[in-house]
Amino acid sequence: MNGPTHGRIVAVNGPLVTCEVDEGREVLQNEVAYVEVGGVRLKSEVIRIRGRQIDLQVFESTTGLKVGDSAEFSGELLAATLGPGMLGMIYDGLQNPLGELENDQGFFLRRGQYLPSLDQKRLWDFEPMVQAGAQVRAGQYLGKVTEGIFPHPIMVPLVLLGTWEVKEIRSAGQYTVNDTVAILKSIDSQTQQEVNVTLKQEWPVKRPMRIYEERLLPDTQLLTQCRLIDIFFPLSEGGTACIPGPFGAGKTVLQQIISRYAETDIVIIVACGERAGEVVETIREFPLLEDPKTGKSLMDRTVIICNTSSMPVAAREASIYTGITLGEYYRQLGLKVLLLADSTSRWAQALRETSARMEEIPGEEAFPAYLESRIAAVYERAGKVRLNTGETGSLTLIGTVSPAGGNFEEPVTQNTLKVVGAFYGLSRARSDQRRYPAIDPLISWSLYIEQMQASLNTRHENWVDLVKKAHNTIFKGNEVRQMMLVVGEEGMGLDDLVVYLKSEIIDAVCLQQDSFDKVDQATSRERQISDFLLLMEMVDHPFVFESKEQAKAQMTHLQNLFFQLKYCPFEGDDYRRYRSEIESILNGKGVSHP
Amino acid sequence: MIMEHSRIVRVQGDIIAVPATDIAYGELATVRSRRGVSLAQVIRLRGGEVFLQVFAGSRGVSTGDTVRFLGHPMQVAFGDALLGRIFNGSGEPIDKGPNLHALPRISIGGPSVNPVRRVIPRGFIETRVPMVDVFNPLVESQKLPIFAAAGEPYNELLARIGMRANADVVILGGIGLKHDEYLKFRIAFEQAGVLSRTIMFVHTASDPVVERLLVPDMALAVAEQFGVQGKRVLVLLTDMTSFADALKEIAISMDQVPSNLGYPGSLYSDLASRYEKAVDFDGAGSITILAVTSMPGDDVTHPVPDNTGYITEGQFYLRNGVIEPFGSLSRLKQLVIGKVTRADHGYIMNSMIRLFARSREVEQKLAMGFDKTPDDERYLKYGRLFYERFMDLNVDLGINDALDLGWKTLAECFRPDEVEIKQEFIDKHWPA
Repeated sequence: MNGPTHGRIVAVNGPLVTCEVDEGREVLQNEVAYVEVGGVRLKSEVIRIRGRQIDLQVFESTTGLKVGDSAEFSGELLAATLGPGMLGMIYDGLQNPLGELENDQGFFLRRGQYLPSLDQKRLWDFEPMVQAGAQVRAGQYLGKVTEGIFPHPIMVPLVLLGTWEVKEIRSAGQYTVNDTVAILKSIDSQTQQEVNVTLKQEWPVKRPMRIYEERLLPDTQLLTQCRLIDIFFPLSEGGTACIPGPFGAGKTVLQQIISRYAETDIVIIVACGERAGEVVETIREFPLLEDPKTGKSLMDRTVIICNTSSMPVAAREASIYTGITLGEYYRQLGLKVLLLADSTSRWAQALRETSARMEEIPGEEAFPAYLESRIAAVYERAGKVRLNTGETGSLTLIGTVSPAGGNFEEPVTQNTLKVVGAFYGLSRARSDQRRYPAIDPLISWSLYIEQMQASLNTRHENWVDLVKKAHNTIFKGNEVRQMMLVVGEEGMGLDDLVVYLKSEIIDAVCLQQDSFDKVDQATSRERQISDFLLLMEMVDHPFVFESKEQAKAQMTHLQNLFFQLKYCPFEGDDYRRYRSEIESILNGKGVSHP
Repeated sequence: MIMEHSRIVRVQGDIIAVPATDIAYGELATVRSRRGVSLAQVIRLRGGEVFLQVFAGSRGVSTGDTVRFLGHPMQVAFGDALLGRIFNGSGEPIDKGPNLHALPRISIGGPSVNPVRRVIPRGFIETRVPMVDVFNPLVESQKLPIFAAAGEPYNELLARIGMRANADVVILGGIGLKHDEYLKFRIAFEQAGVLSRTIMFVHTASDPVVERLLVPDMALAVAEQFGVQGKRVLVLLTDMTSFADALKEIAISMDQVPSNLGYPGSLYSDLASRYEKAVDFDGAGSITILAVTSMPGDDVTHPVPDNTGYITEGQFYLRNGVIEPFGSLSRLKQLVIGKVTRADHGYIMNSMIRLFARSREVEQKLAMGFDKTPDDERYLKYGRLFYERFMDLNVDLGINDALDLGWKTLAECFRPDEVEIKQEFIDKHWPA
């Protein structure tokens, strides 16, 4: 039977719409379908097939739908459009360009409006990289255009299987994303199938892009310029991390800081079910901020996928997949990509809402039983790979979690922790004390510190051991503090007190970082090494004090010097002055008195 | 075409079902029973069955009653004529004023604002409540809840802010409001002479539960229209926990699997779609939302305050009749402090809070039986003055007067070198 499959709506339950198709018609799981209401076509996705009854989750408000209304199946999976022109864009969860909708629609997002994801008119300077007759496979580069700061290779469409021959390739010139730049001919089959290659291509968002030679062990650090992360719980290129925290613990500020200062080629921000106001800050401020690496606006390396909390829930579920697909695509171009998903809890809640409407048997806290496997599948799409072209690319994924009541024992946090490589647990206690970023060093961890040992030790021969020692001091300091709460300072031994004071210095000048201060908000690799080694000299120093009062006075003085140091521009005069003052104390020369 | 159906096949909770065809999801209907006429809304279609939630409740609904479908979703009248009027939970005037049939009607629960059309908020809303204006200022387009246990004077606070705030339009949405409280709001607005800029949608505790669901949507739909017209609108909602409880009741009646303490899994989205109506339009007006969230058992991890905290931009804690200076937070305050308000604002705020924290420590120390030092005496005096001049909810002060009083209070208790304020501001503001 030819032509698209049609269906007739038999039930409407919020965004879940059930329709009936004729006997024997083909329907694909996760296929896109359109339901019609008052002349408007609403996009939806097939999420369950039971005989002739097809369940659709509609990505828009279903108000006005009636039993008997028609649905049309597209035969295509929910897909992202990939190609030059995505950088700097602000998309909704289905990759509609919100900036273009703006011109079209005024203040509100009207339903059923879908625009092409890429600029249809813009001309790109295409340069061919292969010649007619060449044999190619999916992902190989046919030519390239230049998009802002990056050369943007044009690949053999990633969905193609087998080997193809370049039948024609266009000469260098200007093309739109829809113009054909190459024609490929199948050599595997007898059918002599031909494919027109344009600058853009499509990929189904829920399918991992596995077109590479091999996945590599993530063994290179991804520098975030946040000291607590980079030194104590480092993240690797192609790694995964999870940031859970109660409301008000500083998740948002931490994410914004990482998205600004992380040393990576591309940043994809997925604002999934969170406040619109936060996205607005990013949208309005990023174009004004300069990327220190390129000197261009930060927006030139950023893509924002924005499905805020009041936008339709079903599209919220799709938004994470859309973001990851874009990330995988840029990885395919040999770039380093960082994806920030805020928050995966809202995504999980979208799964829960749909599952409840489908009347599936619920698991813990009414989340569906497949929550765990869905979360695992999402995080597993990150990774560092060697491409078929020989280049490497990486996709790093940081997801925030918003646990109910700030309790990490809930299903989303727990299932995420099982699959990520680093855990940055934000604590209310630290944020109440204004110790930001409020990542709790007592509960957080990173598996990458072992994995990246060799590359981390290029910072300093004993780097990893030193970090462990510093971390240990923080644990010991905490034990002492717990004891102090019981027996008071009077009951403490002098040695214990010194350990506690040392741990407080590490906390104040290394863990805590002032995200509103121009100097302190981002710390370069060189400075991290230099300052941390100095700090460790302090930790290793065998201080001899006569009394607790003297210990407190001198350590407070030292703490203040370190504190002033961190606010001074690296290697500047003030920096050198404070540094030499600290060094002279640690060298035992002229212990100064406050 | 309007169709009537007279066979109700199912009544469960406040949900009824009738066999009917050609009915739109979300459509409105009237149910005529021996108790009178009630509005109802289609919340589910299944084959030939239509499920409706009956706003007046299902008590007294008989299987033979008539359901009349109106062919459109819930709407509310809109126009300047709404100013000064009072409506019930289904949008009918209850103030004996003229009817509003001539006004155009707008749909409620409309689509979300395109994030690209929002701007970073910059407007300061002066409430003349010093604990708000000085320490956690309300910023235009902000959404802020007041977390409070039962018995706290949250409605008094809301009424006070409604009377004094410098907004063009104030809309009150009362959800499960005690009748006395409703009267107090009305009298307060009348006496302050601000009724003419006020619109009230009032659902009282004795009204049918399902009508609670409509109040925030009506209030916000009207606010949105005024906002688009360039007005600065302040929406006061009390109490959003009652709203959430109504959601819970409906979800349970519909056999939905509850997620936490009986609340539906969609609680976050349901609350967010209301709070996110707060907006500063690019090139038009704004909507600011101040909402009461009562905390059952004074527990902030209860699902309603917890989900609210993730949605809103900060929170006020009302405890023992005052706004708690610690824990209360306006996330957007940095956007206006010292930029829209006076340059010394940030310094006064930080210094006064820090010193107040010290005065609380001194109180605790003394309570544990330690000796009082002369310094302690000064901190105690400061704590007393701070409470009287700033925390007391009866204080009515503009922001600049409040800042001046802050300087005066500091000077009465401390030396300039004790307050940790930049010298240039000390030179300028320290009372001689």
